[in-house]
Amino acid sequence: MSAILEMLQTAAEMGLIEGLTVLALFLSYSMLGVCDLSTDGCFTLGAVVGAVVALAGHPWLSILAAMLAGISSGFVTAFLQTRMGINSLLAGIIVNTALYSVNIAILGGSSLINLNKADTVFSFFRSVLGENGKSYAVLLVALIAVALATAFLVLFLKTRLGLAVRATGNNADMVKSSSINPIFTTTVGLCVSNAFTALSGCLLAQSQKGANINIGSGLVTVALASLLIGGTFIRRGGLLVKALGVVLGSIIFRLVYSLALSLDMPAYMLKAVSSIIVILAISLPYLKEKFPEFRRKIEHSPLGKKLKHKGDTNDA
Amino acid sequence: MLDLKNISKTFGKGTVNVHQVFGGLSLHIEKGDFVSIIGANGAGKSTLFNVIAGSIIPDEGLVELDGDDITMLPEHVRAKTIGRLFQDPMRGSAPGLSIEENLALAAGRGGWFSHITRADRKAFRDRLAMLDMGLEDRMNQPVGLLSGGQRQALTLMMATFNPPKLLLLDEHTAALDPATADKVMAITDKTVKENGLTCLMITHNMTTALEFGNRTLMMDRGRIIFDTCGEERSKLTVPDLLDKFRENAGKNLDNDRMLLS
Ligand SMILES: Nc1ncnc2c1ncn2[C@@H]1O[C@H](COP(=O)(O)OP(=O)(O)O)[C@@H](O)[C@H]1O
Ligand SMILES: [Mg+2]
Repeated sequence: MSAILEMLQTAAEMGLIEGLTVLALFLSYSMLGVCDLSTDGCFTLGAVVGAVVALAGHPWLSILAAMLAGISSGFVTAFLQTRMGINSLLAGIIVNTALYSVNIAILGGSSLINLNKADTVFSFFRSVLGENGKSYAVLLVALIAVALATAFLVLFLKTRLGLAVRATGNNADMVKSSSINPIFTTTVGLCVSNAFTALSGCLLAQSQKGANINIGSGLVTVALASLLIGGTFIRRGGLLVKALGVVLGSIIFRLVYSLALSLDMPAYMLKAVSSIIVILAISLPYLKEKFPEFRRKIEHSPLGKKLKHKGDTNDA
Repeated sequence: MLDLKNISKTFGKGTVNVHQVFGGLSLHIEKGDFVSIIGANGAGKSTLFNVIAGSIIPDEGLVELDGDDITMLPEHVRAKTIGRLFQDPMRGSAPGLSIEENLALAAGRGGWFSHITRADRKAFRDRLAMLDMGLEDRMNQPVGLLSGGQRQALTLMMATFNPPKLLLLDEHTAALDPATADKVMAITDKTVKENGLTCLMITHNMTTALEFGNRTLMMDRGRIIFDTCGEERSKLTVPDLLDKFRENAGKNLDNDRMLLS
């Protein structure tokens, strides 16, 4: 029983922490219409910056530092695609690649950092919660972070600036007609979303008491899978419901993953599974739309006619 | 009010597709003028609007609005004083945002972090009611659910919510069915008159060109080949316009897309 509860708790913790990255994609992918492929690198950036600052003895500052690092990374990605004429997917890939070097440089040439002895936000909450409650510290921090991030995001998206960010993904011409520069709104959107991604990485590293350079690899697909799962569960509703829905998607993803692990799926399958989920979630609606056309093609082919003919004679 | 001075624009310079649209076009529009613009396909009418609105920077020449040189001003900055509607009703509003949110962006009230207030909602509702399309009761619905005519009427309202110095209408009723087109045209005329707007309207409907506004321009190959207003214009009929075109352009106005009646 307790093993199951433990599994559920771990899934919830992971789901919530990575839920911040899913919220970031909710903003960049669903709202702004940009598929931000710098997500993996930015997540790792948040993890290493947060870890280095925490190790230097500033657990609270580490969160702020990680988010600022994320904002800078988002700014560069936005700059490349809005001012330098680089396609938005390519801009993300370029920044992602560059961040690999940047992240190792931040770790002083190493690809690992250990936080076992460092004070972190989590160790703070562990001591606050005491002997009995300390095992819930990660869950509590993750819940607080997701609640704050969701509240901020929902309020932000209803401000004039937030409306303009949402409209940019919808109809950039209309944003210009409203005397707002879509370059500005794209930049703001990517800065905010990358702040969330970096926060997500920072919290994951500190909750696991360490980070390595690959902590974020493949995360963009995992987060996209969670986003799309959330989207299938919550189809209607306001921004708050949708935002909570994508976090729910992240938790569901983690639950299903833990379940699969307990059924002896090897851990390394995580990324393949997330890829398959993304493929299904994006292609199924497309294929469904194409299906009638496909059926007609089959019916019109010689094989289809032959089958139909056979069917007719059978009926007779 | 609006002055275009010696505008030149060539597309595809240095390629085999080099195409000069304007070679020194000048145009003066008075404050309060409502000008209809007609001309064959490819005459440069939309390009003219692109130059005025800032979507295209001319190779040479000046664009002046109220005496200010705006030739190099970015499009979104000009949008503060220039409103614009396109033929495609989808182009003027964000489908995923609600009617209210679209209006809030167009109204542009408050700072970056302001939310829609109760007073804003009341103002939006009152303005929407004037369209007489029932939109005032659907303010929280996404704009993507509206019909083409409703979206175009909404776009017109958004473009004129803060009355612009200049309103540019590029065949804004051409994609609508005739009854809806008439309705949107009536709303347009009312809006222009009530706010005393200066307005340029490209139309492919010759009757509309003569019926609305106080001045009509005819364009061909990047030039203004006929410009009429006042008494002369009030006596003109559609056949007269066609004659004028043949006389000044040396060919017939292409009739396939033109509405002659
Ligand atoms: N951005 C562009 N690039 C290249 N050619 C263009 C561009 N915009 C317009 N043109 C060309 O300029 C000419 C005038 O186009 P346009 O102003 O759209 O005519 P219309 O009078 O039908 O609105 C056309 O031949 C068109 O192909
Ligand atoms: Mg045109």
